[in-house]
Amino acid sequence: MAQSMNLKPFYLLLGVVAVAGGAWIWSARSGAAFEPVEVGPLSDSSLAASGWVIGSQSAPVEIVEYADFECGACGHWAILNAPDVKERLVATGRVRLRFRDFPLPGHPHSPLAHQAAACAGEQGGFWQMADQIFFNQSRWVGERNPAGMFEDYAEALGIDVGQYRSCMDEQRGAANIEAGRQAGLATGVSSTPSFVIGGKLFLGAQPYDSILKYVELAEARAAQ
Amino acid sequence: MTHRMVAALLALVGLLISVYLWLWKVGAIGVLACGDGGCETVQLSKYGDFLGVPVAFWGLLAYGGMLASALLGLQPRWQMRREPTLGLLVLSGAGVLFSAYLTYLEAAVIHAWCRWCVVSAVLVTVIFLAALIGWRTLARGTAPDEPAG
Repeated sequence: MAQSMNLKPFYLLLGVVAVAGGAWIWSARSGAAFEPVEVGPLSDSSLAASGWVIGSQSAPVEIVEYADFECGACGHWAILNAPDVKERLVATGRVRLRFRDFPLPGHPHSPLAHQAAACAGEQGGFWQMADQIFFNQSRWVGERNPAGMFEDYAEALGIDVGQYRSCMDEQRGAANIEAGRQAGLATGVSSTPSFVIGGKLFLGAQPYDSILKYVELAEARAAQ
Repeated sequence: MTHRMVAALLALVGLLISVYLWLWKVGAIGVLACGDGGCETVQLSKYGDFLGVPVAFWGLLAYGGMLASALLGLQPRWQMRREPTLGLLVLSGAGVLFSAYLTYLEAAVIHAWCRWCVVSAVLVTVIFLAALIGWRTLARGTAPDEPAG
């Protein structure tokens, strides 16, 4: 009879799954599942120089961000955390921020988005264009061809559209993008966003408070 | 009763996944374990919300309902009744349809795959099948674990 079944082993199994799942979620909340990895400096100077930089050359700490414009977490980070990093750390001279392109293979519009940012960057508008691309990510990510949207963003930023178009046609940003990707691979980056701060590789969209903690540790090491 | 035990176990796993994705969506988890970032792309797309609420929260409610139905159906006085299985059928059926829609969006519109969403789609499909088998067994007038005839 069904009523005579002993359900204790089943409830025990259910309890084990609930406790294990709860512990897993708790560890994800505390970030314990993602330990930073020590990484060495890039030996190839062309790779080391790749990317886009804001901040003082004399800043004691450099934050390197590896990001993909079509990656949702990268967009999330750009909206929620990058403004604080730029205002509180870069503008105050504590940090130099370097963005390296790391387009992921599963994202069909990434190559175009990275080219668009690079072509805006050719005219000094990389960071503004990167913000536009990230902030509007949910609008263009589902489009069949977002090239026109990117051009609209560039135009709104005051970019010379003729020069932008010729840059896009000739893919003049390709070498820097590929160098950024190679630098990421050489560093051990496999997902985006990833950050290198003070010689340590951190995976995932790190909140501002964590970034600040890592910067303080890097500052302390640099002062020794 | 076996179908209700299977449903309860899988609904609990689905509930945990939904809680995880929902906590990330509301900012309580900084990093989503997803590999290539596809989960974030899907979660942050305009399809990441349904009726103004994160899809993961709807999943949390649906799996919570399935878990409650299955556990209720395991209590002695409910074991021979069809209502808990009907609840499972309705909730998991709606879940299968919604998961099919989301899977279509991932493949054809968003062009990114959320691995947790795929796992959830498999879970809810298995729960639906288990509920369907349980319903048919109950409809034949036998308890789910009793031999027919």
